[in-house]
Amino acid sequence: MIPEVGHFALILALCVALVQGILPIYGAATGSPVLMSVAKPAARTQFLLVLIAFCCLGYAFADKDFSVLYVAANANSKLPLHYRLAAIWGAHEGSLLLWTFILTLWMFAVTLFSTHLPETMRARILGVMGLVSVGFLLFMLTVSNPFERLIPAAPDGRDLNPLLQDPGMVMHPPMLYMGYVGFSVAFAFAIAALLGGNLDAAWARWSRPWTTVAWCFLTVGIALGSGWAYYELGWGGWWFWDPVENASFMPWLAGTALMHSLAVTDKRGGFKVWTVLLAIMAFSLSLLGTFLVRSGVLTSVHAFATDPKRGLFILAFLAVVIGGSLLLYAWRAPRVGLGGGFDLVSRESMLLANNVLLVVAMGSVLLGTLYPLFLDALGLGKISVGPPYFDTVFVPLMTPAIFLMGIGPIAQWKKASLPVLAMQLRWAFGASVATALLLPFVLGKWTPLLSLGLLLSAWIVTTTLVNIRERVSHLSAKNFMSGLSALPRAYWGMVLAHCGIAVFIVGVTMVKGFEVEQDLRMNVGETATIGGYTFRFDGAQDVKGPNYRAARGTVAVSKDGREVTVMYPEKRLYSVQNQAMTEAAIDSGLWRDLYVSLGEPLENGAWSVRLYHKPFVDWIWGGCLIMALGGLLAVSDRRYRLVWRRERLEEPEALRPPDKSAA
Amino acid sequence: MKWLMLVVLLMPGLAWAGEAKPLAEDPVAEARLKHLAVELRCLVCQNQTLADSNAPLAEDLRREVREMIAKNMSDQEIIDFLVQRYGDFVLYRPPVKATTTLLWIGPFLLLVGGGIALVLVLRRRGQAMTDTPVTDEEHRRVEQLLSQGERRS
Repeated sequence: MIPEVGHFALILALCVALVQGILPIYGAATGSPVLMSVAKPAARTQFLLVLIAFCCLGYAFADKDFSVLYVAANANSKLPLHYRLAAIWGAHEGSLLLWTFILTLWMFAVTLFSTHLPETMRARILGVMGLVSVGFLLFMLTVSNPFERLIPAAPDGRDLNPLLQDPGMVMHPPMLYMGYVGFSVAFAFAIAALLGGNLDAAWARWSRPWTTVAWCFLTVGIALGSGWAYYELGWGGWWFWDPVENASFMPWLAGTALMHSLAVTDKRGGFKVWTVLLAIMAFSLSLLGTFLVRSGVLTSVHAFATDPKRGLFILAFLAVVIGGSLLLYAWRAPRVGLGGGFDLVSRESMLLANNVLLVVAMGSVLLGTLYPLFLDALGLGKISVGPPYFDTVFVPLMTPAIFLMGIGPIAQWKKASLPVLAMQLRWAFGASVATALLLPFVLGKWTPLLSLGLLLSAWIVTTTLVNIRERVSHLSAKNFMSGLSALPRAYWGMVLAHCGIAVFIVGVTMVKGFEVEQDLRMNVGETATIGGYTFRFDGAQDVKGPNYRAARGTVAVSKDGREVTVMYPEKRLYSVQNQAMTEAAIDSGLWRDLYVSLGEPLENGAWSVRLYHKPFVDWIWGGCLIMALGGLLAVSDRRYRLVWRRERLEEPEALRPPDKSAA
Repeated sequence: MKWLMLVVLLMPGLAWAGEAKPLAEDPVAEARLKHLAVELRCLVCQNQTLADSNAPLAEDLRREVREMIAKNMSDQEIIDFLVQRYGDFVLYRPPVKATTTLLWIGPFLLLVGGGIALVLVLRRRGQAMTDTPVTDEEHRRVEQLLSQGERRS
């Protein structure tokens, strides 16, 4: 019964989405307030319906209802409850439901936080989001229904892929999708503005916080995925340039470009056309990413071809969304004004140049990801495009981008002067170069990449310091400290996010430069020393988990004779799918991670063991979190809150809550 | 005699308490293997390098590469041999040839194209520009629009 309720809720949601996608947009075009006012209740109803469907699928998993095909394929009676719930998004159909659910969640958020928007704008935004939702609901209901029954019911389920049975699975996909789908808001704003022909500074001001929040989620989502791969896959890597990773990285690059372009549109009225294009691009890449990951096209072009219904729907949907918005863009964009003028050397031009670099990097990742698929589809042979290719391409593109990142915030809007900039930045440049040349020797090893990484992060930090000093000196504050506190949060957000990049680069550079790895045959009681830490293998015992058996090793770690920690790496065998998993033991720290993973059992209780000493590796994810925090700080800026406060002030006296601080 | 037996019995125990030995017999060959294997694909895995994979086929292939290293073959000879047997699919760094030309020069073309477009747009813009920054009028309109909704709600 419950699955049928879910199915029915999805059908109703489709009807509502159709209404939401058609009437308000038509109403906005004809100036009918009645039709436009449909948008808000329709969006909220749709949210409720998809929520019901989502809960129904969750119930089917919690209840171990193996008469639902999707549940039978992705869960098992022995699978713990939290993983059964996470299995909702463990495969294709449920991921689509999660996607749609999050889309309606963002819609709901738009209805809550858009009271200050003009009615026509809000109607168009919700209308566009409704249309996107139509596509997803239709896709689920026609070719990938998560509520499809399996009759007769399976006695037990096939279980969730053991790789996915991890806390990372609970957090990573929802976060990532919050980011992916969040760009649909920026997309809807852009399309609404194109439809209305009013791409003005107000439009940029409105879409900025939405874009930034989506970007924060995406950043955290990618970092979680990377951290998950690091500890779950058992060989200590954190980024593999896997197509699945690239699929999330491309919208991130486009979204980063979009945030910066929106800043120019907001502050100076420029780049409108380009900003709209980036908004379309970021969301199209999110769609492409979802489908790349979820359609099976990546594992094999032929898997995709064996189920042509899904494939054709996906291609048609992508063509309609991307093609349609680009057509609208081509039709409307030429009428948009240019905005404020600026010189070849100005903050605007530097932001634009950085945008070009980000988009070129994004294009290269796209090329590298899709190229093998096209070659294979055309029958021109199978190739692999992996880390060596992406590293070769990516580093040269990002180096100038980071160089510009240091100068951009210091350059003045409209017209900057190169000699003045050079004067302002001379000590920052000197300090960075000195750090890059000398620090590697202090650390004991010099390589070009090590030096480059340190150069870039030192450059970001020193230019940021120069920037803060400049900003404070312009404020004519009483003293430096009061000047610091007078700087707006949006500015501190930028500073924090940029420093996050520096922290990230330090992490990558140090771990690539100084990581130590050893593959050992360890008998019981034998020791090995890497990075100053002594690891003693104390044997392995058999342990039993809820749905797996495991050998658990005990490794005592000491430094200079003092015990540091005891680590328990595991080698698990999941019974249902008969799959072996390496569960590495990690001792995390600010300056280093110790990482132990069990290989294979050898004779006499010995094991092959892989030990790693990874300096600064946590800085990689720490940097990402700092970036996301920077984004959140920027969103909490007064500029955005101002609107809220004014709203409350204008409420009639009687309605105002008895809160004196509200004013 | 008893104490001798004790010593014999304890001997392996004494040996255990020492330093663990590397898994590989020849660390130099192993370093070369590692160097090669990070750019080679495990053919039966989803997307894993030969160095990282625990699949049996990857183990076999690593052993074969070790043997080739022992036979003093150069890196290029080993790669050529693997490509001959498994095709370009085994290489994570795709070789430059007719079908991959676009892949390798693509990013460069994008960069040059983007750079040219940037310069053209900025120059044309500079010429077309009769300076129209965000005017006071527009600022007022923004403020007005931003506060519109409040009055309505």
